[in-house]
Amino acid sequence: MSYLLPALTGLLCFTMLVAAIVAIRDRSMPVAILAAGLVSLVASVLFLILASPDVAMTEAAIGSGLTTFLLFFVLARVRAGEHDGEQS
Amino acid sequence: MDSLLPVVGSLLLVIGAAFLFLGGLGLVRMPDVFNRIQAGTKATTLGTILSLAGFACLQPDWTLKLFLIGLFVLFTNPLSSQVLARAAHRSGSSMSALTSVDALAKDRNEPTGKPL
Amino acid sequence: MVSFLITLAAMIAGTAFLLALWRFFQGPSDADRVVAFDTLTVISLTGIVLIAYLEGRGIYLDVALVYALLSFLGVIVVARHLERGL
Repeated sequence: MSYLLPALTGLLCFTMLVAAIVAIRDRSMPVAILAAGLVSLVASVLFLILASPDVAMTEAAIGSGLTTFLLFFVLARVRAGEHDGEQS
Repeated sequence: MDSLLPVVGSLLLVIGAAFLFLGGLGLVRMPDVFNRIQAGTKATTLGTILSLAGFACLQPDWTLKLFLIGLFVLFTNPLSSQVLARAAHRSGSSMSALTSVDALAKDRNEPTGKPL
Repeated sequence: MVSFLITLAAMIAGTAFLLALWRFFQGPSDADRVVAFDTLTVISLTGIVLIAYLEGRGIYLDVALVYALLSFLGVIVVARHLERGL
């Protein structure tokens, strides 16, 4: 069982890479924001493997929760502004 | 009896992981967004709860926290499944050709239904 | 025996994680990717509990609870946004 944690670390790093690629290359903006949130969630699990649960909890709360909420709020405001510009 | 509990716990863990694998396999193999929602949330809910029960058998001191996590998953996972299915339906996801009944579209065309 | 079964379960769950990741990378529509995100977070919740068991520290379960809450909120927010723009 000693090789289980390094294998898990490799899997999580690969996941982080794939999520970053999706966040860069996807055309849909909500999916890109969601992929950025997935990068933060996987990073929090990696912090947990590095034996720091407080940093992991902060990373999950800030990186996934707050950033995702903020970006979706900004996205909704930007789309509302575009509609206002078309009407006026 | 003292050595039986970890064996039972690890067997529960393997069964839960098998259900997680079935959920992932259904997520790849299913033809449709709605079928993928069913495979990706129902099977993984059961797999996660079985795995948490297995860990509770392996570490009996953690039973309360593991029970709380299992209860949270049991409450939130069907809710996210339903919200996702409604969002996919309203955003106009294409269905499989084998779909025979679409009750939500029939409800939406009714005059008493909630307008889009 | 117990160690072998835990390793087997971790390998099976890792395969499920890779399958869901393939759907997240491949998925044709937005809803496919959101479903794959939900499945990925639920599987990695089991992974966090596995890490807590391997390290033998019960404090990691609190991180699992916060993780479940935040992933659920993320799925709800993106579903509301796909539905009619928050």
